[in-house]
Amino acid sequence: MHPRSCGCVECVAVAGMETVNQFIGRMLTNRINPVHQISHAGLWLVLLCALSSGALAQLPTDTSMSQSALHPASSQAQDIELLWWIMFWASVIIFTAVMALLAWGLLSGRRRPSVLSSTASMRFVLVAGVAIPALVLSALVGGSLMLGRSIASTPPPDALQVRVTGWMWWWEIEYLDDNGEVVATTANEMHVPVDRPVAVELASGDVIHSFWVPRLQGKTDMVPGKTNNSWFTATETGEFRGQCAEFCGLQHALMAFVVVAQPESTFTDWLQRQASPANTPTTEAAQHGLEIFEQNCGQCHRIRGTNAIGSLGPDLTHLASRSTLAAATLPNRRGHLAGWISDPQRIKPGNNMPRTLLSPQELNHLLIFLDSLD
Amino acid sequence: MQSTATYDHDPASTQLLSRTWESPPGVLNWFTHVNHRQIGYRFVVTSLVFFALAGVLALIMRLQLISPENTLLGPDLYNQLFTMHGTTMMFFFAVPAMEGLGIYLAPLMIGTRDMSFPRLNAFGYYVYLIAGIALYTSLFLGMAPAAGWFSYVPLANIAFSEGRGMDFWTTMITFIEISALAAAVELIVTILKQRAPGMTLSRMPLFVWAILVMSFMIVFAMPTVMAGSVLLALDRAFFTQFFVAAGGGDPLLWQHLFWFFGHPEVYIIMVPALGIISSIIATFTQRPIFGYTALVLSLVATGFVSFGLWVHHMFTTGLPHLGLSFFTAASAMIAIPTGVQVFCWIASLWGARIRFATPMLFILGFFAIFVIGGLTGVMVASIPFDSQVHDSYFVVAHLHYVLIGGAVFPFFAGLYYWYPKMTGRLMSERLGRWSFALIFIGTNLTFFPMHQLGFEGMPRRVYTYLADMGWQDLNFAITLAAFVLGTGFLLTLINAVISRSRGDLAGSNPWQAETLEWATTSPPQNYNFRHLPVVSSRTPLWDQPDADRLECVAGLRADRRELLVTTLLEARPQSVLIMPNPSIWPFLLSLAVGFGFLGFMFEPWLFVVGFALSFFMIVGWLWPKKPWLDGEQSYDQSHNQS
Repeated sequence: MHPRSCGCVECVAVAGMETVNQFIGRMLTNRINPVHQISHAGLWLVLLCALSSGALAQLPTDTSMSQSALHPASSQAQDIELLWWIMFWASVIIFTAVMALLAWGLLSGRRRPSVLSSTASMRFVLVAGVAIPALVLSALVGGSLMLGRSIASTPPPDALQVRVTGWMWWWEIEYLDDNGEVVATTANEMHVPVDRPVAVELASGDVIHSFWVPRLQGKTDMVPGKTNNSWFTATETGEFRGQCAEFCGLQHALMAFVVVAQPESTFTDWLQRQASPANTPTTEAAQHGLEIFEQNCGQCHRIRGTNAIGSLGPDLTHLASRSTLAAATLPNRRGHLAGWISDPQRIKPGNNMPRTLLSPQELNHLLIFLDSLD
Repeated sequence: MQSTATYDHDPASTQLLSRTWESPPGVLNWFTHVNHRQIGYRFVVTSLVFFALAGVLALIMRLQLISPENTLLGPDLYNQLFTMHGTTMMFFFAVPAMEGLGIYLAPLMIGTRDMSFPRLNAFGYYVYLIAGIALYTSLFLGMAPAAGWFSYVPLANIAFSEGRGMDFWTTMITFIEISALAAAVELIVTILKQRAPGMTLSRMPLFVWAILVMSFMIVFAMPTVMAGSVLLALDRAFFTQFFVAAGGGDPLLWQHLFWFFGHPEVYIIMVPALGIISSIIATFTQRPIFGYTALVLSLVATGFVSFGLWVHHMFTTGLPHLGLSFFTAASAMIAIPTGVQVFCWIASLWGARIRFATPMLFILGFFAIFVIGGLTGVMVASIPFDSQVHDSYFVVAHLHYVLIGGAVFPFFAGLYYWYPKMTGRLMSERLGRWSFALIFIGTNLTFFPMHQLGFEGMPRRVYTYLADMGWQDLNFAITLAAFVLGTGFLLTLINAVISRSRGDLAGSNPWQAETLEWATTSPPQNYNFRHLPVVSSRTPLWDQPDADRLECVAGLRADRRELLVTTLLEARPQSVLIMPNPSIWPFLLSLAVGFGFLGFMFEPWLFVVGFALSFFMIVGWLWPKKPWLDGEQSYDQSHNQS
């Protein structure tokens, strides 16, 4: 026989089950007052709320993967977070009050059955069920609408103009100049200057997607035949992950992207680099890689400055400068890239990229070429 | 032939009356039954089967999400599962379950012998059954719809969902709404025109009010989703471009049509549940519910306002902010009738000596869970907040709190409460308490952490997530909790099956309730009431606990199916209605219509064949019967036989 209190998993489990058994037994024989159970349950829920509010405030260690709406990095997301905490505490109070009233009502009958007089009941319903909710709701609706207006308003005129187009299952990102002409095109990684408004024009190439970077801004749908707008101002530098939020088919789950907020000067350098055509291959292997690319990949992908001019898949002109692959699913390392090219269907079943059959040497040269595209 | 009718007040006529209202025994005759209790019972049982199926689908999905980058299910199968889970729960469980309770109970509660259109009733059931079987066949063939229960275009349109799955969805959704509409129409007519003499509208049980409001909502909400799914079927079959932006159509039109139905749908499910709660609270406190008028007005208000909320499902689609604001206000406003109801119930419970049997436990569980769902519901009415949590796991948490708290808990309470009336036996209290405890704990442990997943940015409808996202611990815990919840539901289903033969005998009124369904035997005789009762208050059985001494109507014939029609407001006797006998035609018609709908998916012209077949079935159904002669014949037969 195992000692009772050795503390191992088994003992804890056995002790736990016995406690539950006793509890249920007492409940079944009515030695536990169901009223108390209910009020206990209410208490537990409140506790759960409080605990989770603590848990909500934890930031994962790898912040570049965080999609937490409660760690805002823009003024818009900050406002929404504030609204949430106001609503959260109001809800905790309302929930506790309703449960307490219910428990009180139930308990008062255990001691001595009584009837709430009809005037008292009426007053109770009018105050608790009509007047208080009406006040709270009016405040909420008013506040929420004011905040909504400021978020939905047109962005300031000095905002950076970016057009993002959703495709199954990746993001095309185009930077526009003042005349609305495209300056640079990239995919699945969007750089923005910090502390400057960014106006995002949202479109879709196939089905409905939704543009969502929780740490920067709430989501806005990308609807075919319609252009939507959103804007935000990043208030700190860093990487912020975003993910498609409208169900869009097989690879909806892994349709993500990265927003990199950086100081204005770094951003300008980056944009200039992205606007330029691709590096010309300097080694023989890279030159061979380019030829392989033009033959096998050029129908769908574009590399500006080469004969690869496809437009079905992401623009790869500066692929090596990006931190992720396959719509922010894999880190951009050579091994992952090789795996992705060889068998994209294994990594993201159902996506639109076919397998490319290459000899090991061809694959190696292709990788050397792609590596040079910074 | 002399007309010598037998009347139901003739003491010797009981057997004849029973034979007149009998549903013929035998397997083949099963398809001819039209009595509301048979049909209502079938609706409830079938809906519970679909509930179990959809629950199993949910558990399989939870297993896929138990760890990041899991490969148990591929994206295609996962998408099929969540589409089927949502579609089943909304169309094949919740609505038919509530309708089934209404069909079974409303005629008993208002003291009549059947629904106004018994054959239409039977037809509705077969339509529901055929639609459900067809949809699940598609799942087992591996070609179920995979565009979500909301089937947003363009994804659901032919260009992006070529397979048969979406065809199954569009045709079966159109098809099953026929069933919902049939049930709604006859519930309305039955409730308004067949109440026992003296049961004025203001003496009608709150559950019947709830069913009435639900039925009106179905009549106004369902046609839009039928129109939408027909347009989508046309887009898919004939390239009509209603929803194709490039062809001049609009993908958002689908969303408007769908949510104009889809939001009231939530309340269609919830309103009858509110009626169940009122019934049970009154019985288990043994005193009338406080605020009858306020509760009725709240039900009606909820019904109306629920039609003004649909755009709050579309806050992120880029509609103008001013237009959206209206829907924020309306979404917040609907909390007020709900608040009135919750506090009327609390006032009713105040100081009462309450009997804590299983139905009452489920009602108390409803309070905790539903209030949380309601509070998060008010939160998502805020446009900026919704833009963060919309389509994230926060909304998954919210909707399950609302639907499990607001509909499943009351429905299960109702199941425990009316099971003895339906079967004559009580369900096991012991299993019932276990089941309640597991469901209550399971619901909170499964869905509460989902709020947090939503804040951490986990979107809905994802078949997997990356290990680096930091979502695995919560998902792991949620999956375990989901099995606790599943076990809780399983216990009630087991309880329902074994209590059928082993439960304690219930007697006619095991809970000492006040409404008329308890005035007859459990289960009721073929004719429901030996004599139709006459009512003079809201609580007839508390005024006169001896059901045999209730005031009653005399003079209906026992040798043919007759019932009393009363006036709409005051329920004064107006006329006698001769009801149809069992018939195979509703079943045959449902087969013909089903053939047309299913055929349409494969060859559009087969719809025309189905149409022609339906014509013959309708001719058979409506073939003149000369009921006044029927009556004499059956009278003669009965005399010859005896």
